[in-house]
This record gives sequence, structure tokens and C-alpha cells, in this order.
Amino acid sequence: MTRMAKVQIFGSLRAATDGKSEVEVDASTLRELLDGLADSYPGLRPQLDRGVSVAIDGRIYNDSWFIPIRDDSEVVLLARLKGG
Amino acid sequence: MSKIHVTTTINGDPVEYLCDAEETLLDVLRDHLGLTGSKEGCGTGDCGACSVTVDGRLVCSCLMLGAEAAGREIGTIEGMAKGDQLHPLQRKFIEQAALQCGICTPGILVAAKSLLDHNPDPSEEETRYWLAGNLCRCTGYDKIIRAVLDAAKDMREAS
Amino acid sequence: MALDSKTDTRPQQFKVVGTRPLRPDGIDKVTGRARFGADMSAPGMLVGLVLRSPHPHARIRSIDTSAAEALTGVHAVVTRADFAPPADPGVADVLDNCMAGDKALYDGHAVAAVAAISGKVARQALKLIKVDYQPLPHVTDVDAAMAPDAPALHEGRADETVPAGMSPNVMARHEFGHGDIDAGLSQADRVLERSYRTEATHQGYIEPHACLATMAPDGQADLWCCTQGHYMVRNTCAAILGIEQGQLRVTASEIGGGFGGKTTVFLEPVALKLSQKSGRPVKMVMSRAEVLRATGPTASSSIDVRIGMTRDGRITAGFAELRYQGGAYPGSPVDMGSMSAFAPYDLENVRTVGFDVVTNRPKQAAYRAPGAPMAAFAVESAIDELARGFGLDPLDVRLHNAAREGTKASYGPTYPAIGLEATLRTAKDHPHWSAPLGPNQGRGVACGFWFNFGGDTCVSLNITPDGTVTLSEGNPDIGGSRASMSMMAAEELGIPYDRVRTVIADTGSLGQNEVTDGSRVTFAVGLATIEAARAAKREMCKRAAQVWGIDEDAVIWEDGAARPAGPNAGQHPPMSLAEIAAIASNTGGPIAGHFEVNAEGAGVSFATHMVDTEVDPDTGAVKVLRYTVFQDAGKAVHPSYVEGQFQGGAVQGIGWALNEEYIYGEDGILQNPGFLDYRIPVASDLPMIDTVILEIPNPGHPYGVRGVGETSIVPPLAAVANSVSDAAGVRMTSLPISPPKLLAAIRSGGS
Repeated sequence: MTRMAKVQIFGSLRAATDGKSEVEVDASTLRELLDGLADSYPGLRPQLDRGVSVAIDGRIYNDSWFIPIRDDSEVVLLARLKGG
Repeated sequence: MSKIHVTTTINGDPVEYLCDAEETLLDVLRDHLGLTGSKEGCGTGDCGACSVTVDGRLVCSCLMLGAEAAGREIGTIEGMAKGDQLHPLQRKFIEQAALQCGICTPGILVAAKSLLDHNPDPSEEETRYWLAGNLCRCTGYDKIIRAVLDAAKDMREAS
Repeated sequence: MALDSKTDTRPQQFKVVGTRPLRPDGIDKVTGRARFGADMSAPGMLVGLVLRSPHPHARIRSIDTSAAEALTGVHAVVTRADFAPPADPGVADVLDNCMAGDKALYDGHAVAAVAAISGKVARQALKLIKVDYQPLPHVTDVDAAMAPDAPALHEGRADETVPAGMSPNVMARHEFGHGDIDAGLSQADRVLERSYRTEATHQGYIEPHACLATMAPDGQADLWCCTQGHYMVRNTCAAILGIEQGQLRVTASEIGGGFGGKTTVFLEPVALKLSQKSGRPVKMVMSRAEVLRATGPTASSSIDVRIGMTRDGRITAGFAELRYQGGAYPGSPVDMGSMSAFAPYDLENVRTVGFDVVTNRPKQAAYRAPGAPMAAFAVESAIDELARGFGLDPLDVRLHNAAREGTKASYGPTYPAIGLEATLRTAKDHPHWSAPLGPNQGRGVACGFWFNFGGDTCVSLNITPDGTVTLSEGNPDIGGSRASMSMMAAEELGIPYDRVRTVIADTGSLGQNEVTDGSRVTFAVGLATIEAARAAKREMCKRAAQVWGIDEDAVIWEDGAARPAGPNAGQHPPMSLAEIAAIASNTGGPIAGHFEVNAEGAGVSFATHMVDTEVDPDTGAVKVLRYTVFQDAGKAVHPSYVEGQFQGGAVQGIGWALNEEYIYGEDGILQNPGFLDYRIPVASDLPMIDTVILEIPNPGHPYGVRGVGETSIVPPLAAVANSVSDAAGVRMTSLPISPPKLLAAIRSGGS
């Protein structure tokens, strides 16, 4: 069963979502979310291919496809985070 | 050009080796004698990671030629512990977490020992200035200075 | 996965965690026995050296290696022609940086390499290589590189975020934030507009890069190197050389500092290729000049800030445009700088725009919290200037605007429980804040933030027949982490710390491990260690249950032993770990626990730094008098090593603020590639660095651990600049605040 997740989109990517800072995607896991974004907003594909980090309810995830996303989860796209 | 034959003493042991004229003492220690405790951090005498003593004097072994060791007494980090007894400085460094990556540690220990050989009761400022020729990038020097001052205190009390 | 969903709860009273035992590698390191990158040899080993471009930008028309190859004692010469284009485009820039292709892009860029029987012969061979360069115009300054007529390094590599018409040196544009900046600024009583600049610095690890490579004609290879991530080295080299990851076994030496600069490769693919071509092991060690010229310094930055504040200290809007140059390839950390710039604050209106720019400089690499220190310098300086302008206490202003649990971060997500306010309140109550200051002395504070990471982690915990425990993990120990892993294993197993030995396993022993970066080791390797220990405990309880003839569920682990529990368990004396280990073969075989995870959900960390400085008005020299770090560690596993991270990061920040910079001449050549003129702090420059560890537990780790390694470099640039500005009576907006600059500012009476 899939759900509609709300995703916050950062500034430089809003050009690909018609200027919207928040969009809805049919997704209940991180992977479905990223695939859904790429399908609905093809202009996001280059950035998604380069890599993004995603904050779900305040915790940051880089690659975990099957992290669940709930209806009321706060989902924020971030630039891909790297450390040193 | 043929190599130079050198006879010297290292950490109390008689040692002989052949080296090129342009090889530094550091090159000789590390590449010919297997004494890799002295490190090359810069090759220009700025970091102190190669610190050794030559006839009791603190020297950057990267600034000295291998040939110049002839007839001298060289002291390296490998000679600091006696058998299975660590020098008080070595013990203090471990106890007080005065090292993180450990690359500067041999040079700093040789330099600190040289300080205490000359001045058994240095102030914090004297210790900092003596060790100003030994770069450390991990610790910020705080725990190093504390360990040296503590070791100095222990050594004074023991003697 | 995050771990708070597991059933085991955090132990309330720690027995080992939080104490200060001796680190296992201590004796090796104080006696010189420990083997670092350059301390290894192999029979028949050759010495490898690199030929580097003397031009900051040049087309390489041809390279003639014939005379070098003919020199007696030379066994191999390589150029880019020896490397097939990698199938993985992700390593294309790494390869180009390790060995230039059509263009040399910076002074020091590798163009060829030789392997010979001695350093002497190798140096002679380098002189015999004839490179036909066509010098091109160059650019090293970030703003100059953005000018429309700037010399271009690459054509057409800008990504889709860059607006049309920008210089081809602009690779990407990032934007973050929310709200309405103009509306917010209009509500302010004062709007400060300032520009700030920072110069490139180097991580300054005392150990130059070094490796020893052995590669057979069939591609089987062994590599010994100093690195923060030998799995990363394996994977990158395999991709560059076109071999399978399993064919290359990498062993990490002890590492003499990294701080992010050893999270990539420079020499390693070249050494492997030289070894393959020569049929002999090849050892390569960089000189200090090579390290500074041709490894990965930080970006330099040019930042414009606009901040509006009301006279009671409320920030109504914050805007920053950040321009970072990351050397000759895209990928400067301007995105993370843009996300972290305003992170400590609760802002209704915030926006950051970041530009990633290329210049003729070496390819940047991470340095502790990449991108954050420069951004924090700009924002924290501006906030300080506004606060002082209104006669407000700088700590109070930060408290007034501080982000808390539930605040929407400037980069988007809502914060869970965080420690910023705790660090500010602790700082305010600390005696340092109210200590008197003398003439020409000033005090500065600043806050800092870092994300912290987890990543791929494998741990294997094995129990020997005599009941000692060996823990194999895959993260090079750069700061004492082996001790912390042993402590966490000992805590879980209920055995003494010295019964556990932690080793860093080579790439053949574990599957994959993210590099030692992102402040991840105590967090991620720690939680994997705890889970591996829990798996081992479950197995040992099973064995005891078998021996006692009772149900597995009726056995618990407590105080280092399996004990019967529950109503029908019966009376059995506890079986210690050692007793169970002794009968392992009889009860099924050797006992181990392992855990593999992509550890996500690391907690962010905040810090406040406070520093007193004294300025000499006649020379512009700055003396650091007193420094205190207040930082949230979640849970300090080994407090001495947590303090060490705070102190080390603070001192690197002091160097960045006061002395360190890459100086390029008009000719594009690096003028100070040595420790004499690239001046890092020495013992006589500094006072003791006081530390206060706060512990606001991270719910994503079984013991509450937050990463600590990086945050401590974020506040010092601004804290020092604020302090010096206070002491000298002039606002310093460009780093480093070296004596000639400060003197000029004092004499002109302005900023």
C-alpha cells in the first residue's frame, strides 16, 4: 500500500518542480520517494543521479532504500552530505 | 661516486653503514638501519618529527648528513625505553592521552627528554618554547605539555 | 537503519564507558614501533617518484619518456596513456587528478611517474622526461574565476543549476532556505551587509602520503598505505585500474593524521600501475612540498552576508551568498557550507545561495567539517557585529535566536533534541565569560554546527578459546578509536577492558566500510560493535542453555556471565564468558558475533567556543590567552579522547584564523609549500585549551553517542576573529588575520 508523502524541495531544485517548495509523491519508502520524484519531475533527475541526502523526521539518510516513510513524516531533500 | 663508510654509536650500540654523500641521517636511520621510529614530516627541519640527539644535543636528523654521524653518539626514540621499562615521559604520554595519531610522538618525546636532561624543572612557558620546533596537528599541544610537566615532577621526586 | 527500535535498552550505569583506560596502541606509538605509511618495505622494492607540472595551466602536447626509460636502474615509467578510461565516470576526476590527461590544471599537477632502484636514480629519471607544455592563462582567485572573461579550465561542465551566461568556471549553484528575506529585513532595526573572505588552508597532517604497492600482471594486488579508508582506496583504485575489488587487498597502516585529507587517493593508483609495469613492489612517499602543492587543501571563499536584527537582538532575516573555489575540479563543499551557515538559529526568513567554482589550484579535499568553518566565520562575525552595535551580550543574542528541539532548521528538517542551548548556557555560566580583560585584550564567542554521518560498517567480534575477545573493524584509528571500541565491547560483554583487543582488519577480512570521516567512528562502528557483542551474548546464552538443559529464553547475560532466569530455569551457577569459551568446540564450535549496517541517523552536534586574545598594536601580532570549548558529545565514551578532538579542532581553527593560508603569486605558483611559510600553530603560540563536554544523548545510538571530531573546527574562525576585533577595535573580515593585515587595519582605523 502506498501513501502520499510530502517532500520539501530546496531552492535550486524548485526550478524543476514549477517553483513549488513542497510536493507530494506516492511513496512509503525512501526508494519509492526518489523514484517517484524522478518520474513526476524529470528535471530533478540530474540532481537525484548525482546524489541527495534525505532527512526523515529530523534524521539524515544517504542510501537506505527501505526506510519507511509515514503519512505524517517530515521529508526534506538535502544536498548529498559528506564528511572529513 | 662510491658510498661513504661510517662508524658510529646509536642508542649505545656500535653501528657501521654505507651511505651516499647526500643522504641525510634520517634517510640512513629509516632506509638502511630499519630504525623507522624517527619520521620525515617535512625534510626541511621545520616539523621536528625526525628529532634525535647527537652527542646529547637535540638535532633534526633531516638536516644532518648520514656521513656526519661518524664518531658520534646518536640517540633515537628506539633507545628511550630501557628493556621493558618505558621512560617516565613515555608512560605519561600514554596515561594522559598526549597522543592521537602518534606520528609526532617520537620526535616530541626525544625533544622533551632533551629538555628535562637540561632543565629538570621547566615552567609551562619554557616547555612550550622548547617544544616549539615539534609540530603536532592532532592534539593542540594541551595534553602534551601537561604530560611533560607531570613526568618532570615524577622524575624530580624519584631522584 | 537507526537503532532506537531495537529491544535492548541503554545501560543506565556504565561500568567502562566514560572511564579513561589506556589505548591499546600506546606503547607502539611512544616507542617508535608503530608502522605508518612510509615505514614498510618489501624485498626488491623500487622507489617511485612523480613529475609535476611547473605551470598552473597548460596544454600537454606530448610527453617523451624514452630517455628516462633507458636510464640504468629505471624499471618503469607511466603517464596517463597507461591508464584506460575508467568504466565508472565517478572516478574520472580522481584519475585526472592523480595523472594529468590533456591539460595540467595546477602548479604541481602530476604528469608522469617513474619507478627506479633508488630515489637518486628516480630523481635523475624525472629530469630526463621531456614534456612539451603549451602554457595557458590561469586564474586562482574565486571571484576572478567567476568573471565573464576568466580563463576557463573546462568547457561545458556546469550542471543544470547554473544560470546561462555565467563564467564556464561556475560548476554548480545551490540554494537553500525558507521564508521571505526582503520582508524579514524590512522588520529589522538594522541590516548589516558585509563581505568576508577566507583563504585556502591545508589539513596539515604531519605524515605525508605514502604507500607500498605490489601488483602482479594478472591484476592481483596488495597495497599498504596510510589512509582514512582502505575500503575506499580499494574501490577507487580498482575502478581506476579496471580490476575487481576482490583482487586488490589493501592494508591500512597506522595513519599520521588525516582530518579529511586522506579520504581520497593521490599516489596509490600510480604506485599500483608502476608496480604492474615493473613487476616489482613500488614504494612512494610524498615530500612536504608535494603534499602542499598536490594533495587536497580546503576551498577558499568569498561570502556576502545580509542579516537583519531588531534592537532587542532578534534576527529577522539572514541571507548569504557563498562563492567557494574547490581547485581544478567541481565539488567544493559550498553546498554544505550553504546548508550549515545559519544552522544554529531559529529563523523565519533565511536563504543561502552557493556557487561552486573551479580555479587552477589543487583539487580540494575535506578538512574536518567541509565547507562549514568559512560559512560560520561570515555569519557569526556578522551576528557579533550586530549584537555589539546594539550593546547586547553576544551570548544572549545567540540564546535569543537559538535553534531548539522542534525548530525548523535553516536547511529544512525539524531538529530533534539538540545541545546548542546547553552549550550557550554553560558558556554563559562559566568563569571564563566573566574573567576580567586587560588593555589590548578582547573576548569573542561563536557557535558551530555539523551534521555527522554513519555509513557502511562491518564489525566481527570473535572469542578465543581462553575467553579473550578480538574485535575486527575496518576503520583506521586516527584518534584513539580502538580504545573506545574495546570499551564498548567490554561494557556490553561485562568483561574487563583489557580482555578485548581491537584490530583494524584489511579489506580481505570485511566487506565494506565507509572511510573514517564524518565523525562516524565512535557512532557507527560503536553501534556495530555493540550489536556484534549482543549477538555473541545471545550465542553464549544458547550454549549455556544447552549445557543446563533448559530453554534458551530462560538464560540471560549479566555481569559477564550467562545466568538462569525465570521461574523454571532451575539452579545453575553462572557460566562466565571464559568458561563458555573453553567449551565452545564441544557445544557447536567457535563463538562470534558480527554486525553489518549502513548506519544512518547520526545526531547533529553543536558547539560554542570562547576565546580571549591580546593584540600587539605595534606589530599586529595576536596572542591567544585563553580558550574554552563547550560541545555536545551525546555520550563521551573515552573522555580523554573526546577532549582531544575538541582541542585539536580548536587549534586547527586558530591556525586558520590567524596564520595559515595558501599564497599564490601572479604567476599562479604556490609560494609557500613548506612548514616554514605555511605556518601552523606551535606549542608556544597557545595556552591550554579548556574543554567542557556536554552530554545530550543521541536517540539513534545505544549509548547516546554523537560524533565529535568535526564540529570543533567550525566555531574557532569566527570566535578568534570576534575576539581580535574586540581587542583591536577594528572588525576583521578577511582571514587569516596575519600581523601585517591586522596592523594595516589598526593603522587605517577601519575594517
